Amino acid sequence: MRALNVNDFTFLVFAARWTILLSLLAFAGGSAIGLVVALLRVSESRIARWSAIAFIRVFQGTPLLIQLFLVFFCGPLIGLPSDPWLAAALGLGLNAGAFLGEIWRGAIQSVPKGQIEAAKSLGLHYFPLMRLVVLPQALKLAIPPTVGFTVNLIKSTSLAAVIGFIELTRAGQLINNATFRPFIIFGAVGAIYFILCWPLTIWANRLERKLALAYRR
Amino acid sequence: MDYVFQFGQMWVLREEFLDGTIATLKLSLLSMVLTLVFSVLGAMLRTSGPKVVRWLIMAYVEIIRNTPLLVQIFFIFFGLPAIGIRLSADVGALIAFTLNGTAYTIEIVRAGIESVGHGQSEAATALGLRRFQVFRLIVMPQALRVIMAPLGSQFILLMLNTSVASVIAANELTAVAQDIQGRTFRAFESFIVVAFIYFALSLLFSGLFAAIERLAFGRIKTR
Repeated sequence: MRALNVNDFTFLVFAARWTILLSLLAFAGGSAIGLVVALLRVSESRIARWSAIAFIRVFQGTPLLIQLFLVFFCGPLIGLPSDPWLAAALGLGLNAGAFLGEIWRGAIQSVPKGQIEAAKSLGLHYFPLMRLVVLPQALKLAIPPTVGFTVNLIKSTSLAAVIGFIELTRAGQLINNATFRPFIIFGAVGAIYFILCWPLTIWANRLERKLALAYRR
Repeated sequence: MDYVFQFGQMWVLREEFLDGTIATLKLSLLSMVLTLVFSVLGAMLRTSGPKVVRWLIMAYVEIIRNTPLLVQIFFIFFGLPAIGIRLSADVGALIAFTLNGTAYTIEIVRAGIESVGHGQSEAATALGLRRFQVFRLIVMPQALRVIMAPLGSQFILLMLNTSVASVIAANELTAVAQDIQGRTFRAFESFIVVAFIYFALSLLFSGLFAAIERLAFGRIKTR
């Protein structure tokens, strides 16, 4: 066992960038998947709606850790390279897609029906109707819960430590294995997560209050 | 793809899966009960306790909500023994899930309490009820109506989160799957089996909570 020194804390701070990068990757992937899921979920085709519901149910009804294990251990079976980066980003992205899809469905459905009817009667087809009329209005409602969700996503990236992805939590574990000062190390790890997440939480709350004011009549 | 699925091996080990499922159920139910007790106490103090206590609860809620569960588990499971408090993985997990869950449910219970009109408790006080009686007989029954649905989904989340306890080798389903995976090298089969079990458990719990809600409030809430 060796003593804890300053380098260990620099190591933690540097490991935090992998947490941030993984969060950004998962958010990008999750957004793409979430948009498709949300659009399928409000589509007029029953098969599309049901497949979106099934996707959401499965990913919200099983633990994220199991999803990560399945992607990590089973990706190679279908020809994906065995790589913690790919597994973590893919697993977290799929999971985020289900949650963002459900959040955005709510936002899309709260756009008044009259808007869609008016746009249709003006001759707009599906894509221009979504892009020009529905999504811009839904966006305003979707932003506060989406920001709130990113806090969850950042916290979820810690589970990537379990499949051997070296990010903030795994870095803390490695230092703890060498020095065994769990209170200080995991306290510091927690503090870094807090610094990343708390501003987003405050921002999400502020946006939510603003939106609530705007919609109060 | 030249992989041959062998679920037969999983069927042979069904008793281990069953034991894991029961352990997960135990851990989740215990955490849920403790979480419920502490969140009601916490919400009471959060709304009508002394200022210092209110502030402390707020700080606790923010700290827990803005840090990952896994880090909290490590902090408790490795940290407490370092200061001389020895605990088993199961007890460590139970403490972690209760601490974590309570931070989320306190806010749910508080919102429920605050949704009950002020006039209700004023009227009850005017009728001569004591403070605790007002809370127990007037405020809580009405607040429960608002609390039940979000509390139910939070509890399902808690049940799914217990899988993280496998990291400290607590006795639960995901640890069983990892163990079986390590012995049989059948990763896909063992994790897909537990995924199905978790999915079934989440359906079971949402059905259970819906039934409790129906029993307590008589009619089915329509969306």
